[in-house]
Amino acid sequence: MGTANLYQEVILDHNKKPRNWGKLSNPTHQAEGFNPLCGDRINLMLEVSHESIVDIAVEGDSCAICKASASMMSATVKGKTVGLAECLVAEFREMVVGDKKKGVSNKLGRLKVFQGIRELPSRVKCAVLPWHTLFAAVNSQNNVTTEGSDDPTS
Amino acid sequence: MNKLAHRKEVDKEGLNLGEIRKDFPILETVVKGNPLVYLDNAASSQMPIQVINRISDYHLSEHSNIHRAVHYLSEKATAEYENSREIVKNFLNIESSKEVIFTRGTTNGINLVCQSYGSKFLKEGDEILISYLEHHANIVPWQLLSEKIGTKLKVIPMTDDGDIDFEAFKKLITKNTKFLSLTHISNALGTVLPIKEMVEYAHEYDIPVLVDGAQSVPHAEVDVRDIDCDFYVFSGHKMCGPSGIGVLYGKSKFLEKMDPYEGGGDMILSVSFEKTVYNKVPYKFEAGTPPIAQAIGLGSAVEYLQEIGMDKINQHEKNLLRYATDELNKIPGVRIIGTAENKAGVISFVIDGVHPHDIGTLLNDDGIAIRTGHHCAQPIMDKYKIPATARASFYLYNTMSEIDKLINGIYSIKKLFGA
Repeated sequence: MGTANLYQEVILDHNKKPRNWGKLSNPTHQAEGFNPLCGDRINLMLEVSHESIVDIAVEGDSCAICKASASMMSATVKGKTVGLAECLVAEFREMVVGDKKKGVSNKLGRLKVFQGIRELPSRVKCAVLPWHTLFAAVNSQNNVTTEGSDDPTS
Repeated sequence: MNKLAHRKEVDKEGLNLGEIRKDFPILETVVKGNPLVYLDNAASSQMPIQVINRISDYHLSEHSNIHRAVHYLSEKATAEYENSREIVKNFLNIESSKEVIFTRGTTNGINLVCQSYGSKFLKEGDEILISYLEHHANIVPWQLLSEKIGTKLKVIPMTDDGDIDFEAFKKLITKNTKFLSLTHISNALGTVLPIKEMVEYAHEYDIPVLVDGAQSVPHAEVDVRDIDCDFYVFSGHKMCGPSGIGVLYGKSKFLEKMDPYEGGGDMILSVSFEKTVYNKVPYKFEAGTPPIAQAIGLGSAVEYLQEIGMDKINQHEKNLLRYATDELNKIPGVRIIGTAENKAGVISFVIDGVHPHDIGTLLNDDGIAIRTGHHCAQPIMDKYKIPATARASFYLYNTMSEIDKLINGIYSIKKLFGA
């Protein structure tokens, strides 16, 4: 899939009307993710009850790829168990930075639109940031960045 | 019609772009089916075939270590390396080639002065003055020094247009101000600083001045004796030369007193375990085997630029800047960041509703290379309350029709985003 196609798919929809955008009044988990290379910053809040993500909210200031990734992620993990969400984090990461030959997990569904980001190495971190932040939130880590020892792509 | 007439005029009064572009084989690159439009010259410029061949010739028939052996190749390599020093000396109107130190680049040059001058002559409580417009390379080394020896870093503010605030500069000078380190041209905004006036003012208070010329030496005639700065640094890879080479100019009176930067071979006259006698300048500052091919390549790049003429190159870039500025200003929702009166061929902009990184990625689909990000100048981004900008920067081989392609690309992006 070409870059323009990727943009068309994700921008026309999720960038303009991001799902679950905003804040939660009583979050049980929260994390802020930052990509110092391009300035993407997102704030993620979760309400977890009985090991399930009953509500999720994201807000921030970011590029279209990061915003669309965050929006689609929120729609995907809402209502899922924390365990399944963590499994999706790993599979999303594998899809965009892992071994290409392994193929892509069917569990990712519509998120497979981000496969094409592999061809844009400088933008991989934009797509991964929301997932990296979700992982931090469920593991009670409040701040993550895409650089240094936190780097989710290395 | 008007556009075409304008274009012809530029070619007539300025450069023979057809011939110049033939000198740069990389400009024939095809990106995603489109001819490359290279507008990232402030990050790194391209090398003409003359420089590539010169470096190749060195490797084919001149390579050896310098200042060491008595054999033919070593003498040849030494002569060519030293010849480059002479070329640089003449290019910047430097008094003596002893004042030309080869470095790895601008960053390396600033760190050298920071350590060899700063560590020796500055002390706790002394104030170092920089400006808001600095590249990280002229911020972080002074912070590291300050952490180590207790100097204080003070910052000259800039105006909303991206100009230096000269009145604020005057007020910031106190009896404790002991060093001024300034960029000549802002890499992020293109602002040209009134460097000569600032040096003159600082010298009234006996404050030594370093000028970061990474963005100026490639694009305009620079006369360090006219500017009268005490140090001047720049890089080869932004001026048609290779990466890994740069120059530090320093006035002899400072260089002679400064400590060596690195220890090793070539920077010594004699070594024993009890006492080492350092070599004279500039060799005192060039420890170990230097980047010989790169230094020779830099000399060749200077000759290439001189043959075309720095005044012509500068005029051409001014024409490109004026045209790009006018065209960008016509696009609704596009805002140019940095609108100082005196600007070089660098134009930073943002589009409402579109993140700069998306601009960069989508322009790349059209073969257009620009830089997006904070341009190693995060304080400037903070000042404008933006995370990043898109930046197009021009050089001698860029054409008006390349700017048209950039403008068309921006229109397409706006359409895609519905912005």
